[in-house]
Amino acid sequence: MSGRRWPFPHFAQRGEVLNVIAVPTSLDHQTIDAFLDEATNRSGERLLFDARHLRWVDPDGMVSLLLAGTVAGRGGSGVPLLELPESPDVAGYLARMAFHEAAADVFEYEAPARRVKGGGSDVLLEITRIQTNADIHRVVDRVQGRAGTILSTKLGYPPTSAVPFAVILSEVCQNIIEHAEGPGWVAAQSYNWAKRLGRFVVVISVMDCGRGFRGSLMGEHSARYGDRWSDATALEAAFLHGLTRFPDSGRGQGIQQMRKQVRKWKGLISARSGSARIAQVPEWDDSPPLVDGLAPLPGAQISIVLPAKGADDS
Amino acid sequence: MTDRPIEPVSIDVREVLKGVGDDLMQQSVTLHSYLVTRPTGRAVRMAIETQLPGAGHLSLSVIDFSEVMLIDFSCADEVVAKLLQQYLADEPPDAFFIFRGVHEAQWDQILTVLDRQSLAAVVERDAGVFELVGVSSEDESRVWGQLEERGVVDSEEIKTLFDAREDRQALSSLFSRGLAFRNPSSGSVHALSRLVRHLL
Repeated sequence: MSGRRWPFPHFAQRGEVLNVIAVPTSLDHQTIDAFLDEATNRSGERLLFDARHLRWVDPDGMVSLLLAGTVAGRGGSGVPLLELPESPDVAGYLARMAFHEAAADVFEYEAPARRVKGGGSDVLLEITRIQTNADIHRVVDRVQGRAGTILSTKLGYPPTSAVPFAVILSEVCQNIIEHAEGPGWVAAQSYNWAKRLGRFVVVISVMDCGRGFRGSLMGEHSARYGDRWSDATALEAAFLHGLTRFPDSGRGQGIQQMRKQVRKWKGLISARSGSARIAQVPEWDDSPPLVDGLAPLPGAQISIVLPAKGADDS
Repeated sequence: MTDRPIEPVSIDVREVLKGVGDDLMQQSVTLHSYLVTRPTGRAVRMAIETQLPGAGHLSLSVIDFSEVMLIDFSCADEVVAKLLQQYLADEPPDAFFIFRGVHEAQWDQILTVLDRQSLAAVVERDAGVFELVGVSSEDESRVWGQLEERGVVDSEEIKTLFDAREDRQALSSLFSRGLAFRNPSSGSVHALSRLVRHLL
């Protein structure tokens, strides 16, 4: 390090090797896979996540950061470090989304001295840990009070859309408890995607670090796929065909009904588990419907983007 | 004593939810109008089942959803589909259900689970108006509609009113699917709605 200033203001130089992962300047559904891949591939190292230059982050980004930190922490090299964003706007936003309440369990970092309380009128759903069914009841209660207003004023949806929105959230969160068998997080927020889409959107992100779709379905369904069994085929089985590990035919509706509702709202829904990502892609997005060959990320991540109604929408 | 062949009971789902809610939500959440998550649905279904008489006893229950603000698909599967399935396993069924106060916020979820399990149910959406919803054949729907219009058809009249073979088959199917009630002593046939009218 001779001749070069130590760049991390919140961590003194230590007698250990710290490996830095640079958090992208924009962390959202378009950039999280590369970021999560790097965290997964380097999970055995003692990592410092350098988010100083983060300028834009959405629920996918925030929850990815927590997931990446959790994966890194499981690698056996100690709790990962986090250098927070320098941008006051991003820092304030993280605080309002209750990022610090969740991050304290994942990272070693210097949290802001003056803690802004999570929530507030502009937050649809702050980062919420999902571990039990009671957590899901709380999420539904919280969004019921806020979703109607945000969905109607920002997205132009009818006021009654708060109900299917809450149902989606309930089903997607149950996915964590029933299939991951481990804790996870959910967050949702609205944004003006002026440049990208010329409209407001609501982004919902749910992630867990459990056993993933492949692990969940393996016992019941892997044999019939033979050599083809993989993260991609497991995702196809659950996402497209509604298969679950339960023999009960009433199961497996959650993702199917989420897809149906998101399609009605002309939204994007994608799910990553392990090394694959599958998506139901609307006209306005150019994501590929299936991506394989990513790093073997533990658990699952579901992302939903709901756009405001356009002038042509009925 | 009444002249009703079966004495219906009304079960308020919100009240049931209150009863199971405290255990499920560790008394920290007072969310007794949101019927969400499968364990909640399962607990509500089991609590409803405890209010029904045991096997071999006829029962008709009005499951009242009017105070439930929201139901998700997992709960609809437990509280509607699985409840029906449970009692349809008996031949002929001895437990009958009417779902009351089903409003817009629940409609899609309930129809979806009925369709998925190839079930049908008698539902009161608007006050006093009963519908046969879910999966049913044209003949079943038609015969159910006739019976709903008449309310009761006595045993003598059955042969004339439902004289075609497909009508009789449809009527028999409505019995076995728990969508119409046949009085075991008189042989008369009753629309379920007629049997619960005094409760509404």
